[in-house]
Amino acid sequence: MSLRSPLARALGLGAAGDGPAHWWSQRVSAVAMVVLTSWFLLSAVNLELGNPAVVVQWLAAPLNTVLMILLTGTLSYHSAIGVQVVLEDYSGGWVRVAGLLVSQFLHILLAAVAIVAILRIAFGVR
Amino acid sequence: MAAGDRPLSPHLQVYRPQISSVLSIMHRISGVFLALGIFVLAYWLNALAGGAAAYADAVGLLGSGPGKLALFFWLLAFCFHFLNGIRHLAWDAGMGFEIQQVIRSGWLVLIGAAVLAGLLWAGLIAGAGA
Repeated sequence: MSLRSPLARALGLGAAGDGPAHWWSQRVSAVAMVVLTSWFLLSAVNLELGNPAVVVQWLAAPLNTVLMILLTGTLSYHSAIGVQVVLEDYSGGWVRVAGLLVSQFLHILLAAVAIVAILRIAFGVR
Repeated sequence: MAAGDRPLSPHLQVYRPQISSVLSIMHRISGVFLALGIFVLAYWLNALAGGAAAYADAVGLLGSGPGKLALFFWLLAFCFHFLNGIRHLAWDAGMGFEIQQVIRSGWLVLIGAAVLAGLLWAGLIAGAGA
């Protein structure tokens, strides 16, 4: 005898219904990634990457700070919802649940760590 | 039949690899590999925020033989995922569904990714002074 009623067991077994929103999020963030990564790589090619003073000066310019924060956030988001699909397609049970948790937490953590570094550079905090 | 025993489709082992299916799985593999690259981006930014000595350490690590090899593969994976992603966006817009177009755009993505990665790598190495 289960605590759960037969109705409760039958409810919620259909489609989650959030597929279209996920699909659109992946595409919209993809378009943003095309723009932001193009900007970043074109900038990086023209920078003296081995010289920290030059890179800091470039990143501390307000427009570059804003774009780099947007890049980091969008990259993490696009990656998180992409890895989510891969985990949902190829894993099951507790591996899937644990994998999704670890992936989501790491993506948010790495975005936060990267954005704080960008802000420290922008505001000249050492 | 229990849910876990049901046959799954597609039966990948009975299909001859084709440019359409190979690029499809490569898009996922390169995406997961690029996700790991976020660690490197966060590390690089924190080294930059940490001052000249910390940045020199990071340049030493990333500029070493294995470091450069890994960075090149990340760049190659990025160029592929970037171009194939645009291919996917074109499909989403309803363009390029003819089989001949799919084959042509697939090879265009592969060759384009190699060329783009080579060009960017040359530019990045020149700026890194390594």
